[in-house]
Amino acid sequence: MRNLAPSVRIETPATAKLDWASRPSRLVLGGEWLVAEAARMDAALRALKFGDLSEVIIDGSGITLIDSAGAWLILREKRALESRHVTVRDVILPEHYRTLFKTLETEALAPDALPPRHFTIEGYLERIGRSTMHVLHQTYDMVGFLGRVSVETWEAITSPRRELPFPAFVQQIEETGLTALPIVGMLAFLLGVVLTYQGADQLKRFGAQIYTIDFLGIGFLREIGGLVTAIIVAGRSGSAFTAQIGTMRVNEETDAMQTIGLNVAEILVLPRVLGLMVALPLLTFYADVVGIIGGMVMTYFDLGITFPAFMRELESAITLRTLLVGLVKAPVFAFVIALVGCFEGLRVERNAASVGRLTTRSVVEAIFLIIALDAGFSIIFSLIGF
Amino acid sequence: MPETNHQADVVIRIRGLVNAFNGTVIHDHIDLDVYRGEVLGVVGGSGAGKSVLLRSIVGLNRPQSGSIKVFGQETAEIDPESLRGLQLRWGVLFQGGALFSSQTVAQNIQVPMRRWTHMHQELMDQLAGMKLALVGLPPDTAHKFPSELSGGMTKRAGLARALALDPELLFLDEPTSGLDPISAAHFDELVRNLQQSLGLTVFMVTHDLDSLRATTDRIAVLVNKKIKVGTIETLVHDPDPWIHEYFCGERGRAALSEHAKCPA
Repeated sequence: MRNLAPSVRIETPATAKLDWASRPSRLVLGGEWLVAEAARMDAALRALKFGDLSEVIIDGSGITLIDSAGAWLILREKRALESRHVTVRDVILPEHYRTLFKTLETEALAPDALPPRHFTIEGYLERIGRSTMHVLHQTYDMVGFLGRVSVETWEAITSPRRELPFPAFVQQIEETGLTALPIVGMLAFLLGVVLTYQGADQLKRFGAQIYTIDFLGIGFLREIGGLVTAIIVAGRSGSAFTAQIGTMRVNEETDAMQTIGLNVAEILVLPRVLGLMVALPLLTFYADVVGIIGGMVMTYFDLGITFPAFMRELESAITLRTLLVGLVKAPVFAFVIALVGCFEGLRVERNAASVGRLTTRSVVEAIFLIIALDAGFSIIFSLIGF
Repeated sequence: MPETNHQADVVIRIRGLVNAFNGTVIHDHIDLDVYRGEVLGVVGGSGAGKSVLLRSIVGLNRPQSGSIKVFGQETAEIDPESLRGLQLRWGVLFQGGALFSSQTVAQNIQVPMRRWTHMHQELMDQLAGMKLALVGLPPDTAHKFPSELSGGMTKRAGLARALALDPELLFLDEPTSGLDPISAAHFDELVRNLQQSLGLTVFMVTHDLDSLRATTDRIAVLVNKKIKVGTIETLVHDPDPWIHEYFCGERGRAALSEHAKCPA
């Protein structure tokens, strides 16, 4: 068996020239017709001028090596000639390359067989319509899922008639709450420091630096603490929910559950929703405390306010209500994060790529919803005068 | 089996190969030659190290010790320039097809062309169409994404990509696993036809007895960390219990009935 495939280096370059002298005219091919030469020979064949030729023989007896790319170029040329009503009397190839040529001749198609991809206005319109419908369908599904999870959550809380997956619930509190303590604490502390520093810088100009503490206390407890914790948890646990459930979808684990008669929503979704609804308010409270401590440390170094003085000012600035306004949002954020995370996880198709795609989407959606809801809360609280 | 076994006709030469993971020896000083123009089937139980052997040859797994020469070049201690030369001369079809999921089938086939040649887009499109026809896929497959393909189509598309640069040496990792018997038979036929018309040397890891019978010239059996090479006719007489069970067990007998006689 001969070596038919491209070697790295071409020893005798491929050639193609038209011999007018012989009767009938010959298209004389020679050298190594390999994929490495394909680009050059493609151009060379196109450049050939056949004029008013009516008959031709393709003479490839001088070809030393050929692979499927080379053979195909010759075949393409033959078909191009035939389509211009030039009779191709014969294709002469070295004996051991005939099988290849014959295979291509029977299997391979005409040159324009690869249908072009169309980018037309209709295509764009179709895509706009398609994605609009996709968003609508998804919203509809999401609302359906919201209803289902709400009902199941409500039932699980009010009438524990069925066995709640209690270990899974506790495990979720640990995974989403306990293990998040270092990162949440670290970021809350730093935010407390940064806010205090910036606030003090501005308020110092008016000699009102003592109000840095009011600013920090109210700002952190009402808004920043809850928001930042929710965003961290969305990135940390919301994505984990999608990835975990998504992987189970890829492995057909959820299908297996269904065939055994297990309720997928109850087993996978409920512990996550309930676990996060417990963990996130606790995390938020923790972030509040650590953030205030961060501010306290910063006011001491930046403004020289001692800790007891800080506490006195903080006490006069905030009430229990300030803290509760921040904390009451946490279970709602938790519900949204878990809902979106599980929803996207259950939408994963049976390929690994969709796990990644939907995980990204779940985080983006969850953070978007958290900030939108937070804005909504602000309006409601100001309307009812909180 | 080729008539001449001298140096020049050996495409892959393995000597004293040792592979071990976490202290478990998988290959214990194995020797193997693959000759130009043959189809070598590699069989063995689950975990016997078939895929590890393939991965060692193409340089995805660094063996503990031993020598692997492909086209006369030591793969373990090769310089990047020569490795590139080797990579142009072999094509690999992975078990799951390993198509790049973000690209269409045509783009997948054109990845090696784009990397190694200077063809313009039109010619690459035409060649991709030709490769698709060669592996028996309809032209409209070209613009589909891997996620839209069935198992058999994925394998064929993977084969088209492996053949993109007309390699001399083709590695197939369980090409028929996950295919229905009819698709598997078609795939076997395809491999055999391509091997003959393109003059390929094929290194095929497989579980499939029908596949072995239909396509291979020789068979290498990985058993007890060693390798035994032969044809179906000679291997049925091998004293090793695993090999005997493999070829002469109920399934083996059914698949090979007209091909080789199992000793009574």
